[in-house]
Amino acid sequence: MSTRTVQFRIYRYDPDKDAKPWMQDISLELEETERKLLDAIVKLKAKDDSISFRRSCREGVCGSDAMNINGKNGLACLTDVDDLKQPIVLRPLPGLPVIRDLIVDMTQFFAQYHSIKPYLVNHDPLPERERLQSPQDRDELDGLYECILCACCSTACPSFWWNPDKFVGPAGLLAAYRFIADTRDQATSERLDNLEDPYRLFRCHTIMNCVDVCPKGLNPTKAIGKIKDMMMRRAV
Amino acid sequence: MAASVSVRKFDAVIVGAGGAGLRAAIQLSEAGLRTAVISKVFPTRSHTVAAQGGVAASLGNSEEDHWHWHMYDTVKGSDWLGDQDAIEFMCRKANEVVIELEHYGMPFDRLDNGRIYQRPFGGHMSNFGEKPVARSCAAADRTGHAMLHALYQRNLKVNTHFFTEWMALDLIRDADGDVLGVTALEMETGDIVAFHTRATIFATGGAGRIYHSSTNAFINTGDGLGMAARAGIPLEDMEFWQFHPTGVAGAGVLITEGVRGEGGILRNAQGERFMERYAPNAKDLASRDVVSRAMVTEINEGRGCGPNKDYVMLDITHLQPEVIMKRLPGIREISIRFAGVDPIHAPIPVVPTCHFQMGGIPINYRGQVVAPKSGLSEVVVPGFYAAGECSCSSVHGANRLGTNSLLELLVFGKSAGETAINDMRMGRREHKPLPKESIDKTLARLDRLENQKDGTDVHETRLALQRVMQKHAGVFRFKDLLEQGVHEIMAVAEQVSHTQIKDKSRVFNTARIEALELDNLIEVAKATMVGAEARKESRGSHVRDDAPDTPEHPDGRDDENWLKHTLWYSEGNRIDYKPVHMDPLTVASIPPKKRAY
Ligand SMILES: Cc1cc2nc3c(=O)[nH]c(=O)nc-3n(C[C@H](O)[C@H](O)[C@H](O)COP(=O)(O)OP(=O)(O)OC[C@H]3O[C@@H](n4cnc5c(N)ncnc54)[C@H](O)[C@@H]3O)c2cc1C
Ligand code: SF4
Ligand code: SF4
Ligand code: FES
Repeated sequence: MSTRTVQFRIYRYDPDKDAKPWMQDISLELEETERKLLDAIVKLKAKDDSISFRRSCREGVCGSDAMNINGKNGLACLTDVDDLKQPIVLRPLPGLPVIRDLIVDMTQFFAQYHSIKPYLVNHDPLPERERLQSPQDRDELDGLYECILCACCSTACPSFWWNPDKFVGPAGLLAAYRFIADTRDQATSERLDNLEDPYRLFRCHTIMNCVDVCPKGLNPTKAIGKIKDMMMRRAV
Repeated sequence: MAASVSVRKFDAVIVGAGGAGLRAAIQLSEAGLRTAVISKVFPTRSHTVAAQGGVAASLGNSEEDHWHWHMYDTVKGSDWLGDQDAIEFMCRKANEVVIELEHYGMPFDRLDNGRIYQRPFGGHMSNFGEKPVARSCAAADRTGHAMLHALYQRNLKVNTHFFTEWMALDLIRDADGDVLGVTALEMETGDIVAFHTRATIFATGGAGRIYHSSTNAFINTGDGLGMAARAGIPLEDMEFWQFHPTGVAGAGVLITEGVRGEGGILRNAQGERFMERYAPNAKDLASRDVVSRAMVTEINEGRGCGPNKDYVMLDITHLQPEVIMKRLPGIREISIRFAGVDPIHAPIPVVPTCHFQMGGIPINYRGQVVAPKSGLSEVVVPGFYAAGECSCSSVHGANRLGTNSLLELLVFGKSAGETAINDMRMGRREHKPLPKESIDKTLARLDRLENQKDGTDVHETRLALQRVMQKHAGVFRFKDLLEQGVHEIMAVAEQVSHTQIKDKSRVFNTARIEALELDNLIEVAKATMVGAEARKESRGSHVRDDAPDTPEHPDGRDDENWLKHTLWYSEGNRIDYKPVHMDPLTVASIPPKKRAY
């Protein structure tokens, strides 16, 4: 296999000139070394510079290039072209307003992240050295702190689609639990108060779409379950 | 494009929201100053997120350590080109800034006694070079990610004002040379705004994208350097670039040295273990620069692998699969994902890959930008500060030690912030009137791009730039290739001045952004090529064929003539030099000697 031809169907919308979105069919020759979907899109852009998308690290750590790929959310830079059925259908992440082509307005996603106060709260006087934490306590943060805020999960979540302004969504709730689980953080009860509401936490119906799409293999549903447990225990 | 430009007034603008920019922002926001942080990407998407190994500090959590030992290692690592005052400052401040980071919530790994976990790292030794010491503070192999998120989160706590997905375009200077802010483009709307400030801090990161093969992100285009250079500020020591031996060929993604530590072997097209010829003792585990140079020699002499004979193979197929799964799971994943080979069954194609820029915008250890003026080599440019990979303090000199750059972000991000606050508090910095011409400069640049006819293609031109740099100013440098390289890069510069885009939309126009980034990449590329051609010695990462290892000049280093910093000016493509600071702040100078490990 030296080169191969790949068919794409790409969502296009430029509010500056398009009355409404449309789908563009393009075919592209790829070299053997061009494996990743992001390589292919970058090459498409070299031919038609108007194709618009976000990208940066090209190795799955920055969270820029989340998009809907053949109906499933993922990172273009970690997706193999050859694993995808053709034509490869690319759409912006569902449920968020589209700015242009594959670029969505992430304002609501970040607003939800910010709403859980994602920073360490500790009222003790600052020690001269580091705060101590046992390796076991530190292990509790694994599977939580690695989130890259790509939004694959929240934009795959039906509860988030219907209530993006009220439901915190899986990424935000994962972050909330990251701080609850941190032995150095002293704001657990405020954090739970902050989520005590019919929507913010309890709109999650454990549909698990979020777990299915997370490119970092994280499990927001499990974190959400733990927060719900804490709420229950607190209630009795 | 927008013809009218609105003006927004802030006390300070910070350009860049990577580790350095975010650390500076904490300082200014805590001080209650009106601060705008501008970033091309959402802060946690900055390339600091990709750092793996750790951040250096002589905390001594698992064995005795001392900042003075750290300082010695850094001076030696720099091949004596580092400024010893800045190095002392950084090493002494390390504990303080790393502890602060922990207080912000950074999820460091822990030792059994609850303290921050530290691991050994290349070049970091105890007792002035005696034996390796555990100095690198780490969060698994995701230290950069953990650090960047912790810094962003702290900024949320102190209410920093972010301008996300804005690109700074040009530095605004008045007739006195004072810096009064930047012009910037809002990506979503295409609007141009002038940020009018009392203090401007650049933290725009590296420019690793000047090379074809790079571990750096797409956004690492050296914008801060380009803006500074166009505004008449010289760039320092740009000929020094660190190449990592093992980036995945084609993809550039990093493969850690640990693979060779586990027994991995580099092979050429004949399957030969070529390192035996270059480093009979250490073989594949010789130091980064030695291995990189050997690989390039193999490729240049036609023994590379693949259709274009342009890479070599990293072979671990002789290792037990269990060893690979247990010790190198992440590498196996990268290899499968980015090279399409499972290293249990087939070797990984690798190539020396551009990794880190040692030079940058010249600063002193307080974070103030300095440039020659009226016969003095270092005069503060009023209102202008810089920190992080875009700056040159110079703590890395001719070669950086691993884990020292995350440290640099914290130390100089903080000190640039503190100095800017001080300068404002002392009443030395008021809002001076904005000169109209600087805004015109930006508008002229945008108009040129908008109206260009029969111009050059951005993608093709960038590729040409990267190929010239890769071939002429790569790992191993040759006199004739460098001389040719200067001509070729100037030819590319000519093409850059005629780039044309087809997309003319106002909304999130990434074609326009890439064209504007190319204006910055070319400044960095010229500085690198011209500086490298001019420096007629070998030192650290800069190794020339006509400056070989001799008894008078071990490793080709020539302290008598070349123990000095390069300064490159865009205007006239001119080179100047300035002395290295051999005097630390409080301790005795560490005199130059042969660098041996
Ligand atoms: C793969 C890899 C691994 C590494 N591992 C380590 C390690 O283990 N330890 C270590 O010490 N170092 C490591 N380094 C080096 C270190 O990570 C970098 O030097 C450092 O992160 C640079 O940080 P910075 O804040 O200067 O810039 P960056 O993090 O690159 O941030 C630059 C910021 O500037 C913004 N920006 C740029 N241009 C503009 C513009 N025109 N307008 C507006 N905003 C702009 C960007 O949006 C971004 O926010 C590694 C580097 C790489 C590539
Ligand atoms: S499990 Fe909860 S958060 Fe995850 S997709 Fe389902 S409803 Fe959304
Ligand atoms: S939890 Fe996973 S899918 Fe969701 S934002 Fe974080 S990394 Fe992305
Ligand atoms: S480009 Fe950074 S995650 Fe894909």
